Amino acid sequence: MSDPVYILSGIVVSAAVTWLLRAAPFAMLAPLRHSALLAHVGERMPVGAMVILTVYALRDTDPTVLVSAGPAALALAITVGLHLWRGSMTLSIFAGTAAYVLVTSFIAA
Amino acid sequence: MLEMETASREQPSTREEVVAGWRTVLPACVAVLPLGLALGVLVVHTGFAWWWAPVLGAVVFAGTMEFLLIGLLAAAAPLAQIAVSTLLVNFRHVFYAISFPLHRVHGGGWKAYSTFALTDEVYALTATPESASWSRARILSIQALFHVAWVVFVAIGAGLGSLIPAQVVGLEFAVTALFVVLGLEAYKVRRSLPVPVLAFGCAIVAALISRENMLLIAMGMFVAALVGSYVLSTRRRHGV
Repeated sequence: MSDPVYILSGIVVSAAVTWLLRAAPFAMLAPLRHSALLAHVGERMPVGAMVILTVYALRDTDPTVLVSAGPAALALAITVGLHLWRGSMTLSIFAGTAAYVLVTSFIAA
Repeated sequence: MLEMETASREQPSTREEVVAGWRTVLPACVAVLPLGLALGVLVVHTGFAWWWAPVLGAVVFAGTMEFLLIGLLAAAAPLAQIAVSTLLVNFRHVFYAISFPLHRVHGGGWKAYSTFALTDEVYALTATPESASWSRARILSIQALFHVAWVVFVAIGAGLGSLIPAQVVGLEFAVTALFVVLGLEAYKVRRSLPVPVLAFGCAIVAALISRENMLLIAMGMFVAALVGSYVLSTRRRHGV
């Protein structure tokens, strides 16, 4: 398991694929930069991508089990509520995470 | 000298731009602090030497994939499987090229770094209409500070490793909270509800099809739906 050559190879392979996925589309999209279609998609992508990433981050939460969904729902409510009220990203994230860690580590467990 | 002063008054100095970038990225750094610590702890608890943690963080620089990669490396997975897993988990990044302001980053080397460090968080921070006029210094300072912060957090996590009691769980919620907050910020730009509702629908359907590949499926369906809505709206406009 601790063969350094294998570990380093694995890290380099993963990094190379990641970089390819991040860089190659720029070359392919360059001719389309000013297209109305890309503007339409690009305008609506950010909010949608964040919704999808949020659901993905919560994929191991079971909505039918209270000890799983309860802490997540509470922490989400705190995060969203604080953000709408105070508008501070740092405060919203910190408070939501602290609530989740406290409830899952010491109450739900 | 006079000319220089006029120029500096018209355009913010590089230092001001770097500071502006730091201000933008700071909340994201705070958000990934617990996650970086958790990753470092996981590296040590899996049985790797602590210094693999910062190497992993610096070279792969894709949070979700790094967590997955530790498991793959511990199981001595074939390199081909590592490549395919990375392709599936990180495929969503191909869509980020649509709006990321790479055209503001001049110079081949800088462009190479900027694409290398185009994480979910960096994409979200630059997904505002104003970013299209940001300077290279501001964009790169956002990316570089986030990169350095991530590597430092992961290294600290690996160093603390055994000190964090095993019953403290749930630190990974910080990333969920980060995406929620960035989603709220992105919503404020257009204040249109159908798009996030559509994305939520895509995510739920994708999760029901395959929980492991849901990111790729959901992003693909979502972009396809946006293209479809564009085609429909132009047809309507042309009276077809």
